[in-house]
Amino acid sequence: MKSLQRILAIVSKEVRQLRRDRLTFGMIIGIPVIQLLMFGYAINMDVRNLDAAVADLAGSSASRQLVMDMSQSQIINLTAQVSGADQLEHLMRQGKISVGIYIPPDFDRRVQQPGRPAAQLLVDGSDTVVQGAAAQLAQVAQRARTSAYNDHPPMMEIRTYYNPERRSPVNTVPGLVGVILTMTMILFTAVAIVRERERGNLELLITTPVRTSELMLAKIVPYVFIGLIQVSLVLVLGHFLFHVPMAGSLLNTYLITLVFIVANLALGLVISTLVHTQFQAMQLSFFVLLPSILLSGFMFPFAGMPRPAQMIAEALPLTHFIRLIRGVMLRGASLQELSAELMVLAGFIVVLMSLAIMRFSKRLD
Amino acid sequence: MTELAIEAHGLCKDFGKVRAVRDLDLEVPRSRIYGFLGPNGSGKTTAIRMLCGLLTPTAGDIDVLGCSIPDEAEALRLKVGYMTQKFSLFDDLTVMENLQFMADIYTLGKTFKKQRIGLAIERYELGRLVGQRAGTLSGGQKQRLALAASTLHDPELLFLDEPTSAVDPENRRAFWESLFDLVAEGTTILVSTHYMDEAERCHALAILDKGVLVAQGSPEELRTAIDARIVLVESGQPRRVGKLLEQQPFVHSSAQVGNVLRVMVSSELSAPEKAVAEVIRNHGLSALRCTTSKPSLEDVFVAATRARKDAA
Repeated sequence: MKSLQRILAIVSKEVRQLRRDRLTFGMIIGIPVIQLLMFGYAINMDVRNLDAAVADLAGSSASRQLVMDMSQSQIINLTAQVSGADQLEHLMRQGKISVGIYIPPDFDRRVQQPGRPAAQLLVDGSDTVVQGAAAQLAQVAQRARTSAYNDHPPMMEIRTYYNPERRSPVNTVPGLVGVILTMTMILFTAVAIVRERERGNLELLITTPVRTSELMLAKIVPYVFIGLIQVSLVLVLGHFLFHVPMAGSLLNTYLITLVFIVANLALGLVISTLVHTQFQAMQLSFFVLLPSILLSGFMFPFAGMPRPAQMIAEALPLTHFIRLIRGVMLRGASLQELSAELMVLAGFIVVLMSLAIMRFSKRLD
Repeated sequence: MTELAIEAHGLCKDFGKVRAVRDLDLEVPRSRIYGFLGPNGSGKTTAIRMLCGLLTPTAGDIDVLGCSIPDEAEALRLKVGYMTQKFSLFDDLTVMENLQFMADIYTLGKTFKKQRIGLAIERYELGRLVGQRAGTLSGGQKQRLALAASTLHDPELLFLDEPTSAVDPENRRAFWESLFDLVAEGTTILVSTHYMDEAERCHALAILDKGVLVAQGSPEELRTAIDARIVLVESGQPRRVGKLLEQQPFVHSSAQVGNVLRVMVSSELSAPEKAVAEVIRNHGLSALRCTTSKPSLEDVFVAATRARKDAA
């Protein structure tokens, strides 16, 4: 009962201080909205409309058919017709095109000979994403070849699950919930205790009967609600602006997010007990944030990473959350199916909270 | 119930290679104002922090209100109040919110909380300020709020670490009056200061210098026990006379106050004023008047810290 009175006192103090800190309060709303708009529109791994030029030296119906097929794929946006390979190379060096299609004069004959490439795709390799897109284009060409040779269906039909239109926001938005929470939640608690230390409030607090566990708990509670507000914002905007589907239950989405929020807040508290200034707290928070964004599977597929990177990623809460939220929101998985990942996050909370309470001392030395 | 509020023996605190407090023995009686007098860096804050369990002593035993410190520091929390040197309440909360927060942290019951806050507001003249953010208060107002907050739970013992460093003389006076009110109610107060006039008000004092207790007793006892005599020299050439006197082996120190020199001399002289006048005359300088004077607390302080320098 007394414990509750103390926790409530600190919680309401935190909320009051937060309400009066206009900039921070604005950031609670501003950060998720801006990030969502920025990433939702900008991060587009599925490349479309690459500027391209074609040098069709064959000028046959088959070659025109190939160019048409390629531009219909929407991967390229034909901007120029040129008369030779050297001109294609020139345009590419200038950065005017990312892809050049070279169709030699003997294209029709080459198509008849399965052992030889019929045409050439010149690709700007300075951007790996473009390279990936070019591989897709080559498949279009492959289809053109087989159909031109004999009317066989394409060798392989590509079928994409869960995001058939291959729209990036569908993949990005659920992950973005995690990235935004990592960004805001860790920082909130990372500075929470060290700020009071810097302002001298802590020297007063530790001479009162408040217990370490009460202080830690009270520091977390207000931010849990802030985290839930941010999640709701991202989900609502994601739904209306990017039509991100919700395959699973909304309740499950909130449940896994809640666990993730607490894990991040606990991580922030640990940081707060390690550092001596707010500046150090920020540095350390970003030290966690960057690998979270890069290694968690948010930006790059987890499976493609080397083993050591995967091991680091497993130690980041975001990695597990990305799996959870994509599971629930995009694949409609139930919590039972995802229980292993959920247990890992819960484990994070227990370990980090214990660490924070152990690290925090009601002494000054 | 013991007669002593604080009892400490052989207290030491090292920060790395620096020994901040050395072999401190302390006995603070109940219902008294006990002062730590010393310059900045003399170990006052370190000593207070050890006594209330914020710092772990490197060596020594502490008993505060029957609790063994630092082991039983948590049990002590409810019985003591602590006012930090720097204002440590929340700048972005109002006066009332700060008081309510502290009352809740000390888990005061609903009625008691209301009663104590009401009393504190009245006693420390915070009535017109209740809705004002603490960060916008003046130095004196902040200090009254801090005292109000640290006494809400009616502590038996109050630690005040340089409570008046940011306060004007008028507010300081009022502040000390309220300290005596608290003592009259049975509270024991341990206050650190570097102001002589504040030290003068304490029932008993410990003079600290570089972490060592160099003198202890009531201001009157300390003045009587001083191992030096004071001679006031009035002269038309105070700077030259002062320089001359400081070269004499029997003169400890000389300080100018207006046109008067306050000269501390060895206690072994039977007629110090005559000895001083003779030295001045022998060197062709003049003194209008040489008289002995009662030592002040500042003299005690200077004598006590000087004795250590000689010993070292």
